[in-house]
Amino acid sequence: MPEALSRDEVAHLADLARIDLDDAELDHLAPQLAVILESVASIRGVAGEDVPPTSHAIPLTNVFREDEVQPCLTPEQALSGAPEAEDQRFRVPRILGDEQ
Amino acid sequence: MTTELTRKTATELVDLLAARETTSVEVTGAHLDRIAAVDGDAETGVHAFLHVDAEGALATAREADERRSAGTPLSALDGIPIAVKDVLATEGLPTTCGSRILEGWVPPYDATVVRRLKDGGLPILGKTNMDEFAMGSSTEHSAYGPTRNPWDRTRIPGGSGGGSAAAVAAFEAPLAVGTDTGGSIRQPGAVTGTVGMKPTYGGVSRYGLVALANSLDQAGPVTRTVMDAALLHELIGGHDPKDSTSVDQPLPALVEAAGQGASGDLTGVRIGVVSELSGDGWQPGVMNRFQESVDLLVKAGAEVVEVSCPTFVHALATYYLILPAEASSNLAKFDAMRYGLRVVPEEGASAEQVMKATRDAGFGDEVKRRIILGTYALSSGYYDAYYGQAQKVRTLVSRDFSAAFEKVDVLVSPTAPTTAFELGAKLDDPLAMYLNDLATIPANLAGVPGISVPSGLADEDGLPVGVQILAPALADDRCYRVGAALETLLTDQWGGPLLAKAPALAPTTEGATR
Repeated sequence: MPEALSRDEVAHLADLARIDLDDAELDHLAPQLAVILESVASIRGVAGEDVPPTSHAIPLTNVFREDEVQPCLTPEQALSGAPEAEDQRFRVPRILGDEQ
Repeated sequence: MTTELTRKTATELVDLLAARETTSVEVTGAHLDRIAAVDGDAETGVHAFLHVDAEGALATAREADERRSAGTPLSALDGIPIAVKDVLATEGLPTTCGSRILEGWVPPYDATVVRRLKDGGLPILGKTNMDEFAMGSSTEHSAYGPTRNPWDRTRIPGGSGGGSAAAVAAFEAPLAVGTDTGGSIRQPGAVTGTVGMKPTYGGVSRYGLVALANSLDQAGPVTRTVMDAALLHELIGGHDPKDSTSVDQPLPALVEAAGQGASGDLTGVRIGVVSELSGDGWQPGVMNRFQESVDLLVKAGAEVVEVSCPTFVHALATYYLILPAEASSNLAKFDAMRYGLRVVPEEGASAEQVMKATRDAGFGDEVKRRIILGTYALSSGYYDAYYGQAQKVRTLVSRDFSAAFEKVDVLVSPTAPTTAFELGAKLDDPLAMYLNDLATIPANLAGVPGISVPSGLADEDGLPVGVQILAPALADDRCYRVGAALETLLTDQWGGPLLAKAPALAPTTEGATR
């Protein structure tokens, strides 16, 4: 059986998922996540080695289309929801941290 | 007159429009009036809508009336107003997915489903409330406050598409579109006394549907009758080159199947009752109504047997690994850079700090839970034990369906284990909330179609109960045939539609002063 999910692990996972959880949120969410994980862990061992995985319910092979020019969004449309834009580009905060 | 119009089914409205006894402007106006009277806000009203587009809907209605006059309707449903779940992109109308992170976002394009509604001439009344990013079974996880069940406004309308189901149940719209990833069309249908159909995976395009779990998501009709659902399904369904998982073959004849079923004759149809979807934890009133429906199916000439699908008991756990894994990946795109919310925690903050602060402020608890769980399930060292194992069990669930459909034409079960519960009752108990989708999840895992049809009111609380009919992939017509037959037999017994028994909704204070 898996070890219960600890508060520190939840903090680490939130960091990987780029969510800034404060202490109160960690106190609230970590025990709930441990309970959920314990419950879903019940499927361990249900399917044997020989069972193939399903990633997609309806079998599909590669889907191709003709390589044709089609109308697409204008720059104005593409930028219409941007928090900040400049010179027809998305304006983003600085990418590098102080230590870099 | 306008009240009467909101009580009509879409099929009846089509006939009235064709006979020139009413106009799309009258029909659309009547529904907008109804919305103004009862929808209110999250505190008092039904709150099925997050956004109402009265002007746009009426403009479309005027055009529809001109086409009807000229004898050139665009589709069978030209001029019939519709509500759209807020997870489908609508050009020019806000699309929030029930989340703060998309507050005020107006997409620059239409989802294919929305495009087909517009091409069919349907006035879009507005966007309906939902659990944030479709994660939930009660619509309480909406960042904009819950939708209330029109049968009892202290109770949940189901979820995630509680807004769409409540809109048709409260006669605010004759038709709505929902999406179903684990039951989000069918379970709200059951608890609001309405019809909800989840098509075969790939049967309706996902282009422009903001993905929760892309291997499970499917859009479909939310209506008050089985025939209305079939009409809407034929309009929005069918192959779309913009969705690579779209099924590239014609839809079965759904309206015809609903018409055939409405005769109430099911001679020769083989029906399986799923043994695993009953027992402890199932509300007695739900099981009573289900048993009555099964008895009616037998009377209608169907051959009913019990069928075991042993892996279904693991479907819930499987789903809550596959869904969070896909969701954590899909929701990574909300990064505060290209659209949606941006929170800058401090002057000169880095992109990563902005991203983290934005996702903390923009996502609610349930979304955070599932992203973190999915991140865990996909992390190295745990991948095989969780996500890999879940994918294998998914295969076993599909095999259970295949084996069952060798013996029977359709499977039936109650749609949800209980009737609508009180708002707040399970909000902070994720596992209790997840159990609502026990019966609906297997269909999503296997990609098969399922419809929920009202089966009566539970003895304990007088609240609606639904019965679910599942068919093999691509055989959506069977859901319509059996669903329509059951609907005919039950409404004959009740002396009218179940929703006629719903309490009248008093106008909200907000509506009264509007």
